Amino acid sequence: MENSEEKAMQAPEQELITEEEMERTRERRCFIPKTDIFETDEELFIVADIPGVDQSSIDITLEKNILTIVAYGNPTVPEGYNLVYGEYEPGDFQRSFRISSEIEHDKIEATVTNGELRLRLPKAETAKVKKILVKTG
Amino acid sequence: MNRRYGLPSIWREMDQLQREMNRLMESSLRPRAVRPLSFPAINVWTSDDSQVITAELPGFRAEDIDIEVTADTLTLSGERKTDQFDVEMQQHRRERKFGRFSRTIQLPFIVDTNQVEAVLKDGILEISLTRAEVDKPKKITAQSLA
Repeated sequence: MENSEEKAMQAPEQELITEEEMERTRERRCFIPKTDIFETDEELFIVADIPGVDQSSIDITLEKNILTIVAYGNPTVPEGYNLVYGEYEPGDFQRSFRISSEIEHDKIEATVTNGELRLRLPKAETAKVKKILVKTG
Repeated sequence: MNRRYGLPSIWREMDQLQREMNRLMESSLRPRAVRPLSFPAINVWTSDDSQVITAELPGFRAEDIDIEVTADTLTLSGERKTDQFDVEMQQHRRERKFGRFSRTIQLPFIVDTNQVEAVLKDGILEISLTRAEVDKPKKITAQSLA
């Protein structure tokens, strides 16, 4: 197992979304958020790092089995200051996932705290039971 | 000289091509952020006698971050703990980073340590630093001797 507690942290590189597929309406860079995905028998958890985005600027859609997260950053420029050195660019975040199991659409919970999006997707009753016993004949 | 306008079609097309090329070059040469030297990625803003440093610290609470300022250095350190779940989880994807970090930033002036302010909002830390009075350049007026 990876011992991440002891290892010094490294800054993640900003991954840009390529604009080949679709043109963006906003003149701002759009990044792919770093995401963790966990699953239990009952739920699916998605946690994404979206620094600079507050709770009100997030769109989450689940269409068929594609979950799309769009987060709009609202960068603030310190008044009267000039940027002299930059390692990150503020921007928007977007990412889509194909969800394999059925999800209860009405029960999806999303919270944003400290630039971290937490999504809780409860699985639908029908999706929970799907163990099939294979009989040997 | 006037030949350009005498033979319009091809030259006009060349001009247009050149304009298009210029536009293409400009858009691809937009300044980009440099690769972060270490965690966290920072942006540095300056005005006459003060500096603002912003850092991307998603998932950190204010109590997870330590800020130390001594004369002209700023040290940021902290720890981001991994998520703890009490039920058994299957992990599909792990891209977020956890662990300890420490980063020291050299400042261009000596800071008034009483006037340092730090605000954490939506995973972005903003630190305002003001130049110390003793470090400010003094204006000296020469006296003319009659």
